[in-house]
Amino acid sequence: MITAPIAELARALASKELSSVDLTAAVLDRIEALNPRLNAFIARDRKRALVQAQAADARRAAGDATALTGIPVAHKDVLMTAGWKTTCGSRMLENFVAPYSAFVVEKLADAGMVLVGKTNMDEFAMGSSSETSYFGPVRNPWNVEYVPGGSSGGSAAAVAARLVPAATGTDTGGSIRQPAALSGVCGLKPTYGVCSRYGLIAFASSLDTPGPFAQTAEDCALLLSAMAGHDARDSTSLDRPREDYARLLSASRGAKPLAGLRIGMPKEYFGAGIDADVGAAVEAAIAEFRRLGASTVDVSLPNIDLAVPVYYVIAPAEASSNLARFDGVRYGHRAAKYDDLADMYKKTRAEGFGAEVKRRILVGTYVLSHGYYDAYYLKAQQVRRLIADGFQRAYRDCDLLVGPTAPTAAFKLGEKSDDPVQMYLNDIFTVAGNLTGSPAISIPCGFDRNGLPIGLQLQGNYFSESLILDVAHRFQQATDWHRREPADIALETAR
Amino acid sequence: MNWEVVIGLETHAQLSTRSKIFSGAATAFGAAPNSQASAVDIALPGVLPVLNMGAVERAIRFGLAIGATINRRSVFARKNYFYPDLPKGYQISQYEIPVVQGGSIRIMTKAGEKAVRLTRAHLEEDAGKSLHEDLHGMTGIDLNRAGTPLLEIVSEPDMRSAEEAVVYAKTLHALVRWIGICDGNMQEGSFRCDANVSVRRSGESALGTRCEIKNLNSFRFLQHAIEFETRRQIELIEDGGTVEQETRLYDPDRNETRSMRTKEDAQDYRYFPDPDLPPLVIDEAWIERIRSGMPELPEAKRQRYMSVYKLPPSDATALTATSAVSDCFEEAVRAGAEPKLAANWVLGEFTAAINKADIEPEDAPVSGRKLGALLQRIEDGTISGKIAKEVFDAMWAGEGDADAIIEKRGLKQISDSGAIEKIVDDVIAANAATVAEYRAGKEKAFNALVGKVMAATKGKANPAQVNAILKGKLGE
Repeated sequence: MITAPIAELARALASKELSSVDLTAAVLDRIEALNPRLNAFIARDRKRALVQAQAADARRAAGDATALTGIPVAHKDVLMTAGWKTTCGSRMLENFVAPYSAFVVEKLADAGMVLVGKTNMDEFAMGSSSETSYFGPVRNPWNVEYVPGGSSGGSAAAVAARLVPAATGTDTGGSIRQPAALSGVCGLKPTYGVCSRYGLIAFASSLDTPGPFAQTAEDCALLLSAMAGHDARDSTSLDRPREDYARLLSASRGAKPLAGLRIGMPKEYFGAGIDADVGAAVEAAIAEFRRLGASTVDVSLPNIDLAVPVYYVIAPAEASSNLARFDGVRYGHRAAKYDDLADMYKKTRAEGFGAEVKRRILVGTYVLSHGYYDAYYLKAQQVRRLIADGFQRAYRDCDLLVGPTAPTAAFKLGEKSDDPVQMYLNDIFTVAGNLTGSPAISIPCGFDRNGLPIGLQLQGNYFSESLILDVAHRFQQATDWHRREPADIALETAR
Repeated sequence: MNWEVVIGLETHAQLSTRSKIFSGAATAFGAAPNSQASAVDIALPGVLPVLNMGAVERAIRFGLAIGATINRRSVFARKNYFYPDLPKGYQISQYEIPVVQGGSIRIMTKAGEKAVRLTRAHLEEDAGKSLHEDLHGMTGIDLNRAGTPLLEIVSEPDMRSAEEAVVYAKTLHALVRWIGICDGNMQEGSFRCDANVSVRRSGESALGTRCEIKNLNSFRFLQHAIEFETRRQIELIEDGGTVEQETRLYDPDRNETRSMRTKEDAQDYRYFPDPDLPPLVIDEAWIERIRSGMPELPEAKRQRYMSVYKLPPSDATALTATSAVSDCFEEAVRAGAEPKLAANWVLGEFTAAINKADIEPEDAPVSGRKLGALLQRIEDGTISGKIAKEVFDAMWAGEGDADAIIEKRGLKQISDSGAIEKIVDDVIAANAATVAEYRAGKEKAFNALVGKVMAATKGKANPAQVNAILKGKLGE
């Protein structure tokens, strides 16, 4: 029961079949048993979680519960969480206790969710494998020799291993969708501005997007409904009417629920470089969409080949500036011994940051430097606009775009660690969504020859989350990829 | 060889908002270190800037006051550098597109009027402060000032002497206070200047290499720093050297400027648009609302004082130095005082009393209205100008309004010819020797006799009548 999706748990809680305290205690036990092999969590707090669970049960008894009240959740450790160590997977913040909570953390707490822990991640959310964490790599529950994807790999692995029914993530270039695909769960990146970035430790401000992980699209809809909203503390937060993202899901539409839906197949998503098993699984999923009544249309996304290069100019540029505050002066790591101010900065940052973070700070500093700004940063911003224009043209002919979330299933730990460019190419289908700010989801759609999950990405135009979630939900009503679970035994014996 | 100095000023005016430009923390001066630093000011992880529209409104007021273009869309940028009192590792400023562009300020120097063109004025945040005292060799950081809103006002290199630069700075200082966007407190750093100084041989059109002198927080320092720097550059070139572009610091104790950093070690600030802040969009309606609430500007008032009140330019300029002084003058006129008399009194007795008490005009115990009532008593002959000064002092001391003091002290002027004649007769009788001197042709003796009459009446006799009657009697 405790490994069920949120919607089922919520029904059990509502019918008093289950209490939040019992559910939370069981979840904590399960984390304790399985996490050592996965390393999905950086921090857990049983005592505090059980206090919240008691409060949730009391709230339910008082008749004031939401669909999420009493449901355990884990937050990616990039999100400030009051009273919790918030490390960003970095030595720089190893002992940093957050004095306030991020907007999305607050919103989910307001809904009554029970925080059980903080999840592991690539350091400062920079990576596609969750290997760069100061606290060690996260492992894929389907095969612990493989990475879970990243940077929100801890959240993805935790949901995939059914350690928690829900987790938060942040997506800057695919950091929700790619680990969702590689770990076999659902991960939604909303439209930029729908979820406030307040309290999200910034990596690349114009790209960073908080979003949910869960087993099903329906659960993602429940989570997003609670996480979204205007926040005056984030000037890029959008002031829009409240939206129930699950509202389309319950409508009964017969055997062809997707009739009238036009799904675009960008030819650039189905070219060379895509693993054969991934391509076959995506094709099979498209056939399923057709069976459900959707039509498909060939579209093109010109300049999409430039998305990765553009991303790897803009994201490091913003990061180089965003991470300047970690200077050893006010909080976080400070070198123990230094000669003067410059030496303090150098040693603090040399010790506090890992190799990938340093690499991106160097690249970002370079592309913003005098004499290079126009050629790199400015040019990248111009191409970013062209890429966005290309998507708008594609959406004249279709309602959604479909394709693989990542070109391959999970790769082995260490396989791409020495080749940053190969690592970066994992984001080839996801980065454009961040450059344009539009929403997308990754849902499980099959397995490769090694038994590793494959993710399908559905992308939509701005504010099309409800449509994306509905289409994903109809697919999940007709298929069972999202119900497949990795065996616990494998995790335990591999220890 | 004749030299010409070319000066441009960059002025930082602290905007008079209650809270900071990107956070809700207070901007009040002098609080305990770090007691006015919010999570945003400390740059905790995850916090974001939210623009204070009060700061934008003040920038617009400034732009309207100098006839500048208000950019409908301007952009905040990050200026990246490491310093312990710069919490984010970057300062949020405006770079390529500032909120205010162009405009000019008219200045009045001894040589006459001149317009100084402005390049731009942009919004930015101040940094914190490093503290070195009482910390046993360590450095403390106070972030109370971090995030304080500043308007950086950049002039064209239009000034040609230290004096012009000071007059420009004073005129700008008066203007920002006049339109209520900055308290102008230079001791607290609310108004400070950087001076760009270069020299060239007279008649040359190309500009010389400039040096920037940082953080001049008094008009005297500004003057001395420019004078020193001008001499230094001229001597350097005349000795066969060349001026290096550099940033210099003025040391008031030794009255000299010293090199702080040269162009070679100039930092690359890696400016780029701040992705946390959307472009600042200002609509026409907002500008019009602000325009309709603008006070009459000093230059317009100055013109009006000359044309309507027929005041000389020197009076008109002095009366429009601050809005408090011009308010006082206008109140006095409104209360019935003759404009030229009011101008003399506001710039004379009133200003002297303000300076002596070291207070602001708006805090003076004698308001413009009360002053006007006093001046009316001069005009209607109730008291003489001399007695009026005594009444003014009593008003300043809080003894009441003019009429009450005149009444209580019995200062009403004696204009009764019979009474004055009697006193004159007494004075002539008692001062035969002086009368004889006068009659022998010694003109000064007449003044002595007038003095005796005035003394006998305790100054209350109408001086014109005394003169006439005395002259008549002595001529008999």
